[in-house]
Amino acid sequence: MATEESYPDDLRYHREHDWARIEGDQATFGVTWFAQDSLGDVVFFDPPEVGATVAKDEPYTEVESVKAVSDVIAPLSGEILAVNDEAGTNPELINTDPYGEGWMVKVRLSDPGEVETLIDAAAYKALIAD
Amino acid sequence: MNAETLRRTPLFDAHVAAGGRLVPFAGWEMPVQYEGVAAEHAAVRERCGVFDVSHMGQIGIRGPQAADHLQRVVSNDVAKLAAGGAQYACLCADDGGILDDLFSYLLADRDMDYLTVTNAANHELDLARFRQLADGFDVEVVDCAADFAMLAVQGPEARGIVAALASGELPPRMHTATLEVAGAAALVCGTGYTGEDGVEILVPPDDAAGLWRELLAAGVTPCGLGARDTLRLEVCFHLHGNDIGPDRNPIEAGLGWCCREETGFAGSAAVAAARANGTAERLVALAITGRGIPRPDNPILAGDDRIGTVTSGTFSPSLGIGIGMGYVRSDSSEPGTAIEIDVRGRRREAEIRSKPLYAKST
Repeated sequence: MATEESYPDDLRYHREHDWARIEGDQATFGVTWFAQDSLGDVVFFDPPEVGATVAKDEPYTEVESVKAVSDVIAPLSGEILAVNDEAGTNPELINTDPYGEGWMVKVRLSDPGEVETLIDAAAYKALIAD
Repeated sequence: MNAETLRRTPLFDAHVAAGGRLVPFAGWEMPVQYEGVAAEHAAVRERCGVFDVSHMGQIGIRGPQAADHLQRVVSNDVAKLAAGGAQYACLCADDGGILDDLFSYLLADRDMDYLTVTNAANHELDLARFRQLADGFDVEVVDCAADFAMLAVQGPEARGIVAALASGELPPRMHTATLEVAGAAALVCGTGYTGEDGVEILVPPDDAAGLWRELLAAGVTPCGLGARDTLRLEVCFHLHGNDIGPDRNPIEAGLGWCCREETGFAGSAAVAAARANGTAERLVALAITGRGIPRPDNPILAGDDRIGTVTSGTFSPSLGIGIGMGYVRSDSSEPGTAIEIDVRGRRREAEIRSKPLYAKST
């Protein structure tokens, strides 16, 4: 099912196993390879509403594997501009392409300074190696 | 509970070697999955999978009044069990509550007369109940849990694969046979918990790893607790601790078929009363008709009335929808009834379905 383990260098990471791809004052969020591997087969993802606000460190949506429901934590604060409806229809994309077609939301950041609190790929890899 | 207090089956190293993800379960460290729940589920539905169920316990009964004693202990009619037969039953409290659900085997050629398989979490309490009810019977109740490892080999190809490793003909469904399997002295039982054909094999703990290795070499897929749960829920087999428990009697649980009150089993008066008077709630199968996955403890609604509670819920890999079981008011328990399930604050449209939720198309 899943791809090879990877943590792209161009992403920033949150210690609750989320990534953010920063593009100016916008960012795309998703969950890391480690998160999808821990979940196992993802069978359900209900995208949140466009226009909803998300708060850094707070849950903004859920993903479900066969066995369990997991909160997805917002790595940064902002307003949801777009959601990945394709992953709602085909939740296995979160397993097969967590950094690409398995993205979850695009957000307009309300406080771009928060980016400084995220960690880089090397620090995230060190975190999950513990 | 920390890792040091968890028990390990004789196959622990084999699970690690097979890439198993081990989790605490009923006091044991058990594999929840290897390759993934969906792949393991499909392997059992389409080919063959093997589950380590060595955490399950066994209670032996021997002595001149073994049959009379077991008749007093379990809900089914033990007298109907012929040598080599297997029978499902409830173990009830005096008030009819379900302490456990069990398979008992009448052994033809062993040092025990009967062997009963217990759920891991209930084994000690079951043993105490068996012994409490042995008063006045000339029997010996023996804890046999340490004597056996247990492997469930399930799927349309299971019998063929096990037969190739066995010294003789496999027992038919709901029967047992003492055979050599992969060189091990085995009690082979035509039972399972997946809705597929297959066998459960009890062997001495030291022989488990060899049997496991032979099965995997024959192409059998190792399967974990995750797939075990999706497989059993699709065919509406009860999970003790979720769908049944001491607060539920067999009648409301839909297990009246394995209760023979005329045998006078412990708890039979309460079960007879529940059968005669009806119960306020019934255990039903349910399916989400749109999006969403029901989970245990989700409220079941009809309009604005809360009519019940989900006891088991998951995503059905075979059906591609959210399924479950739960207790609802008896007057709302007919298959086809439209319901809603409150899944963490979101109402999901669902309906009560007849059991089983999944039936093999032949």
